Amino acid sequence: MTWVVDNLDLIGRLTVEHLRQSALPILLGLLLSIPLGWLAFRFRLTRGLMLTVVGLLYTIPSLALFALLPPLLGISFLSEINLVIALTIYAVAIMTRFVADALASVEPHVRQAADAVGYGAWRRFWQVDLPLAGPVVLAGLRVTAVSTISLCTVGILIGIDNLGYLFTNGYQRQIVAEILAGVVAVVVIALVIDRLLVVLGRALMPWAGKGA
Amino acid sequence: MIEFRSVTKTYPDGTDAVADFSLVVPAHTTTVLVGSSGSGKTTLLRMINRMVEPTSGSIEIDGEPIAQRDPVRLRRSIGYVLQNGGLLPHHRVIDNVATVLRLEGTPKQEAREKAAEVLDVVGLDRSLAQRYPSQLSGGQQQRVGVARALAADPNILLMDEPFGAVDPIVRAELQAETLRLQQELHKTVVFVTHDIDEAFLLGDQVVILSTGAQVAQVGSPSEIIENPADDFVASFIGTERGARALRTKHTDHGTVLVDGAGRTQGRLVESSS
Ligand SMILES: Nc1ncnc2c1ncn2[C@@H]1O[C@H](COP(=O)(O)OP(=O)(O)OP(=O)(O)O)[C@@H](O)[C@H]1O
Ligand SMILES: [Mg+2]
Repeated sequence: MTWVVDNLDLIGRLTVEHLRQSALPILLGLLLSIPLGWLAFRFRLTRGLMLTVVGLLYTIPSLALFALLPPLLGISFLSEINLVIALTIYAVAIMTRFVADALASVEPHVRQAADAVGYGAWRRFWQVDLPLAGPVVLAGLRVTAVSTISLCTVGILIGIDNLGYLFTNGYQRQIVAEILAGVVAVVVIALVIDRLLVVLGRALMPWAGKGA
Repeated sequence: MIEFRSVTKTYPDGTDAVADFSLVVPAHTTTVLVGSSGSGKTTLLRMINRMVEPTSGSIEIDGEPIAQRDPVRLRRSIGYVLQNGGLLPHHRVIDNVATVLRLEGTPKQEAREKAAEVLDVVGLDRSLAQRYPSQLSGGQQQRVGVARALAADPNILLMDEPFGAVDPIVRAELQAETLRLQQELHKTVVFVTHDIDEAFLLGDQVVILSTGAQVAQVGSPSEIIENPADDFVASFIGTERGARALRTKHTDHGTVLVDGAGRTQGRLVESSS
């Protein structure tokens, strides 16, 4: 316990780093999965293909991905961008299926009603289909956020400091409290972000779950 | 005026929903399409706003073929009321009503003011304006659906079994409201139902359809009741049995009319005309 009290500074700094490194992949995962999820939802041909590909992506071990990305993209192995791209790939892998399911969850009669009153295709997607897919997209985003925050710790293996540092350092120096502090910090920020997303969802989608 | 000229519709799976249908829908009156389930009523209605494209034949509005119009603009110029309200669940009542105005580029504030006025027209309290559709009763949702269809002041109103999902009392209320509105607004209304009583109540012109949108009879309610074209029409409108098959019965107090079940339905009086 004393280790924690003595190192609050370090834990705080690593937490901020951790959040910063996780935020971008979560956001990018959401943005990229919208067109990909739409492709998977819209066309039967692309559906099987997309879902198989994203399913496979998710099974690639993170270490293998860290080793594969640098030669493919011409980036440095020991770099934050390597971590961010790898985490983004996992985020996209999770989110694409959610977005496809979310779009499929929109009631066909509501979609038809939107057509009937004169929404054009583009406008209908952004103003009707996507907002109504919101609750399921949000469910996916919560899974993605928690998963990314937890996965982010492997960054330490390619020299990126975040809460994962407490695991390796604690292990090398045999300080159990340090390892536990790392685990607790990861869980706490995952829960906090999850709550935040729920609150954000309520604010953005006040219509969901009302009445009925 | 809406005119169907030899319109057919075969769906991609081979279903012949409409086979050679021709009809003139006069302007500023209510035409009711009535027929049993699957007779092609919804298909006919959706062809008017190009939600469904005819396989052959053409449809004209005021002499202009709609095939040449941009479908999205065409739909905005035609009010459409759907069976389950078809309201957007994520928009408040006021914004649902303002939908078409907003799509046409009316500024938000102006569109909402206009929408609030239309709520008055259809008899909805303005206090409901900020609710979401799921917070309304079925009857209220239908009124919002009618308000949305009327908001941009279209000439044509399409109504697809708009009162099919509400209880009989609310249904009667909404029917009376529709009659009142039509007396004020004089829209060209095409109304779909499978309820013959509703058809006779609301229709200036009633079109009785059998499978494949075959026209069994077209006419005013009186013309159809007085002179059913064939046995199909007679049995469909129930002049053989049921509520419309009235017989005279002479009693000590004068002549009354009784229905098929022997219940007295009214008194026979001489017409003054
Ligand atoms: N998208 C579609 N694809 C294939 N067949 C269809 C489609 N829509 C309707 N049909 C078929 O066309 C016929 C007419 O359908 P339509 O919906 O126009 O009937 P309706 O008179 O409106 O029936 P209801 O009273 O049940 O609403 C039916 O046999 C129906 O199964
Ligand atoms: Mg129908």
